[in-house]
Amino acid sequence: MQFDKELDARGLSCPLPIVKTKKSLNDMLSGQVLKVVSTDSGSVKDMQAFSNQTGNPLIDTAQEGGAFVFFLRKK
Amino acid sequence: MEGRKMAIIATKGTLDWAYPPLILASTAASLGYDVQVFFTFYGLQLLRKDLDSIRISPLANPAMPMPMPMPVFVQALPGMEAMATSMMKQKMKSKGVASLQTLRDTCRECDVKFIACQMTVDLFEFDKSEFIDGIDYGGAATFLEFAGGADITLYI
Repeated sequence: MQFDKELDARGLSCPLPIVKTKKSLNDMLSGQVLKVVSTDSGSVKDMQAFSNQTGNPLIDTAQEGGAFVFFLRKK
Repeated sequence: MEGRKMAIIATKGTLDWAYPPLILASTAASLGYDVQVFFTFYGLQLLRKDLDSIRISPLANPAMPMPMPMPVFVQALPGMEAMATSMMKQKMKSKGVASLQTLRDTCRECDVKFIACQMTVDLFEFDKSEFIDGIDYGGAATFLEFAGGADITLYI
């Protein structure tokens, strides 16, 4: 999966993965893809909720060495 | 959730009660809510420049998980409050939980409005210099004007 920026949120607990995702997206252009890596199991549902509420589509999810990976496109 | 508003009234000042208003405010702001937090009574402690003074006591906290059962007379011993505070902070750090400072800074960056209750500031004779800059001072009526139109209002 192609991405333009990566956010390493491993080792961070709620709400940091979401809050940092928002911050990372702020500096990106519409259409760009952000890759977020998190070890917080709560982030799976949170990232979907973030996507639903902010309108930035969650285009893909994956698992990478025990961590959760999310790809969000900036709307 | 553009266009939606959230109002929080923060009335507590211990470590366990400090997290909920700051986590909810920063998360809601990240989701596009317009957030205002009204700090009153012990909630004013969360507006101090130095947040290291925020503590937690094991005394009369039967819901606090402890490594071993602790009778009340032990909870009341000198030094137990400092120990409980330090242990909780240590645990939070090891689990990657954000510090209060980080959460509060995030709130400021996301334009969360902080209002200090003027009445309780006067009541406890706090000086504005003890609090962080850039906060408003107001009363219940001021806050209720915003809360009246809020989609979510929380009392913490």
